[in-house]
Parts: sequence; C-alpha cells; structure tokens
Amino acid sequence: MPRLPDRLRYWFLVLPALAIMIVFYIWPLLGIWQISFTEPEAGVANYTRMFDSSAVTTSFIITFRIAIQTTIGCLILGYIVAYVISNFARRAKPLMIALVLLPFWVSVLIRSFSWIVLLGRSGIVNDSLIGAGLIDSPLRLMHNEFGVVLAMIHVMLPFAVLPMMANMRGISGAYVDAARGLGASEFTAFRKVYFPQTMPGVMSGALLVFVLSLGFYITPALLGGGRVLMISEYITYQIQEFLNWGLGSALSVALLVATAIVILIAARFVNLRSALLERGS
Amino acid sequence: MKTSGFRIFFMTGAWMVLAFLLLPILVVIPVSLTDTSYIGLPKEGLSLQHYAAYFQDPRWMAATWTSIWIGVVVAVCATVLGTAFAIGCWFLSDRASTVARWILITPILVPPVVQSLGFYRFWVTLGLIDTNTGVILAHTLLALPYVSISVFAALANLDRRIPQAARSLGASVWQTVRAVVLPAAMPGMVTGGIFAFIVSFDEIVGVLFITVRNVSTLPKKIWEGIQEDIDPTIASVATMLVILTLIVTAITIWRGRASA
Repeated sequence: MPRLPDRLRYWFLVLPALAIMIVFYIWPLLGIWQISFTEPEAGVANYTRMFDSSAVTTSFIITFRIAIQTTIGCLILGYIVAYVISNFARRAKPLMIALVLLPFWVSVLIRSFSWIVLLGRSGIVNDSLIGAGLIDSPLRLMHNEFGVVLAMIHVMLPFAVLPMMANMRGISGAYVDAARGLGASEFTAFRKVYFPQTMPGVMSGALLVFVLSLGFYITPALLGGGRVLMISEYITYQIQEFLNWGLGSALSVALLVATAIVILIAARFVNLRSALLERGS
Repeated sequence: MKTSGFRIFFMTGAWMVLAFLLLPILVVIPVSLTDTSYIGLPKEGLSLQHYAAYFQDPRWMAATWTSIWIGVVVAVCATVLGTAFAIGCWFLSDRASTVARWILITPILVPPVVQSLGFYRFWVTLGLIDTNTGVILAHTLLALPYVSISVFAALANLDRRIPQAARSLGASVWQTVRAVVLPAAMPGMVTGGIFAFIVSFDEIVGVLFITVRNVSTLPKKIWEGIQEDIDPTIASVATMLVILTLIVTAITIWRGRASA
C-alpha cells in the first residue's frame, strides 16, 4: 500500500478546522496589528501615544496588579482545597470536587451578578451589617479593587484547583510515609517532601490564572464600575466611546504581547504541552 | 485515625474555601423570590412574580431560544470539525500536526476583547455583523479548542496498533476511522460537544461586539439588564441556570462514581 495517500487523507481530516481557524481567527487577529500601524494614519503614532499616556500606564499597572493579586489568592486558597481533596477527604471527596466544579460551570456573568447583589451599596452585605447595627453607613465594597479582586478570585479559583489536583493525583504517598517513618513531623514532611513535588501543578495553575486574569473583561467591567479600568475595558472604551480604532488596536497588540511574554516565561517552568494541549481530560 | 492540628487546619480551610465558592452563587435564589421590585432579600413574603416576568417577556424568551439553538448548532459544527481535526492529528503525530494543535488552541489564550475586535473588523467586511451566522461562526471558533483537546485526550487511550491491525487486515482509512477510531473518540466527542454548547451559551464579549439589535442572546440580555437597571428578573434567570448547573454537576459526579 502506498504511504503518501494515507498521510494525505489524514490531512483532509485536519484541514477543515485548521483552515477555518486560520482564515476566520488568526487572520482577523493579524488585522488588529495592521490597524494599529495604519489608523488614523500610517506610522507608529498609536504606540508613541500609548507610551506617553499616563492613563494607559495606569491601566496596565492596575491590570498587572489585579492579575497578581488574583493569582496569589487563587494559589493559596486553591492549594488548600486541592491538597485536602487529594489527601484527606475520603467520603467527602465527590462532594468537594462537585463544589469546585459547580462554580466552574456557572456562567461568569451570573457569578459577577451575584457579587454585585452581595457587595453593592444597598447590597446584602451592607444591608445585613447595617441591620445588625455594626455600621451606620454602607461600606464601599465594589467599584474598587477590593471588589474586583474578590470576584476575580471567585471566578478563577477552579482554574487553579484543577491543575493542582491533577498534579497531586500523580504524587505517591510513599515519600511522605517514609519521611514520617524517619521521624519527621506531619508539617515537616509536608513542607520538605510533599510541597516541592506539587510545584509543577502550582506553576501551571498560576500560569492559567494569570494569563486569563490579564485579559479578563466581564468581572472587572461589572464590579469596577468604570473606576477600576483594566486594559480590556480600556480598549473597549477607546473603541466604543471614542471610535479610536488605532489606539485600541495598539493596546490590544500590547496586551497580546504581554500575554505571550508571560506564556514564554512560564514555558521555562511549566510543561506547556501538558498544561495546555493535554488539559481537560 | 488520629487528628492532628495540621489536618484540622487544612480541613477547616478547605471547607471555608468551598463555602466561599458556593455561597455567593446561591445568593441569587432568595433574591429571585423577593416580593419587592428591586434587588434585595424578600421583605414581607416570597413571590414568584420575577419568574412570571421572565416567562411572559417575549424578549427574554426570544433571547433564551436564540442562545439554545445557536449553542446546539455550534456544538454540532465544532464537534464535527474538532473531531476530524483531532483524529487526523492523532494519525499524523508529527511536528506539523503538533503545530496545528497549538494553532487550534489559541482562542483559549487570546484575551476576549482582542479576539472580538478581530471578529468585528472582519465580520464587517464579510457582512456578518448582527447575523446569526456571524455569531455561530465566531462561537464555533471559540469552541473548537475544547473539542479538539477532549477528543485528543480520549484518543490517548487508544492503542496505535489497533488501527494498524485493521489496516493490515484490509480495512480502508475511512473504514478504520469509522469502526475503530470513532468509537474510541466518542467519550471525548460527548465532553467536547457539551463544552462547545456551554462556551456558546455563555459567551458574551464577542456577542457584544458583533451584534447590534437583530441578534440577542441570553448573556447579552443579562448583561444589558445589569448595566441598565438591575431588576430582579435577572435573579430568577440566574437561579434557574444555577439549579440546572447543580443538577448537571450532580449527575456528572454520580455517573463518574458509578463508572469508577
């Protein structure tokens, strides 16, 4: 049987999806780069404007700060959950996994709405605190970074827990048992023997949460109330309010490049293949 | 089993974090039953008026149906394209096919606003703005990565020698794919199809950019509702979706347990 036709046939299977992706997704993305250099006139004016504008700088700083806070929060909270599910939970394990998966499946829009209902000026938290006589006037719980980060952690937490759980599933208990048998306390065995083995899971959780947080739009837009302008919302403003396609595109390119740099740096620590290509099984 | 302080610390912590994950979502339930006309907990008694408002409003109904049927079409398109893609890549298993797999997962990593800008500009030139076709195409692209990842994961369990055996016994490539590879890919196709439906059903940023008045999906209606005036109808929609998710999650976990 000739070898070549077989490979050709396999390519016929691959090509439809690949072609559609290149024509309707990659090509339009490259179009953004083009716009950033051509509108309103040809040149790098959009980029010089971007670097000169203090509003843009502020927005980038806010974006990175929120992404870092969200990532750290998710790693700490997520680690505790992943660790307990993988090591301590026996009968409660399916319930705990369900409680991680449930928010994962509930729409981000709805979860942001819930946080608005909770944190708003006359939201449930403020109403209850006032009702209990603990405060006199409502606290500002949203339309600031606190509200955005809190809701972002809630949205991103499952993305941190799932890779860490996948990693912990592959860790043999024998090493910790050996350390304990040799006289290490439970905490020492955890710190010196178990924790280092979980680093790959922690790193891929961090990568996922950080990259997704950098470009996140819905939650910051709803809970920031226009006061906490992350870069995605800033781009939307430029385009929808000011029809400023050139600057909006230049900012998009900057955001894409920043995302790519994060992924490339992460590639030194994380096995991207297993973190991304072989995810979700 | 003796309980150490270490263990108590972690157990308590984990349950607290899980409560943090669950409770804010459940808050929509009491709010949806409020007897007031604004967002808040019920004052005098419980009322189903906001559910009635949802079911009686033709705009909410239309948006819901649009989301459902577009989601189904997207799931079918993405599953067909993504499954063929993953099977082809699995057979090829060379450098080129790995590059192709990386290309197909870019929508997972590219920020939603950036890709929506790209869609918008290109869809304008194609005349697809504010059309169902435009939304279906965009959502299919966004769903493809999930289908290809889950089908590829399912195929990881398939022994490469089995299709080889089929081939050497005289089966054509297509017969091999149909009789050997597709059954192995089936669990991944189901997972991927469900994922694709949810991706489409949930997607908001792209829809905000590429639709105007003609096409309204459920997320778009919810988004507009939150932006304009937060009325409790959103809470009733949210409650129904949360309960639906609860049921599906419970079934998934229960089935996973039964098969394990």
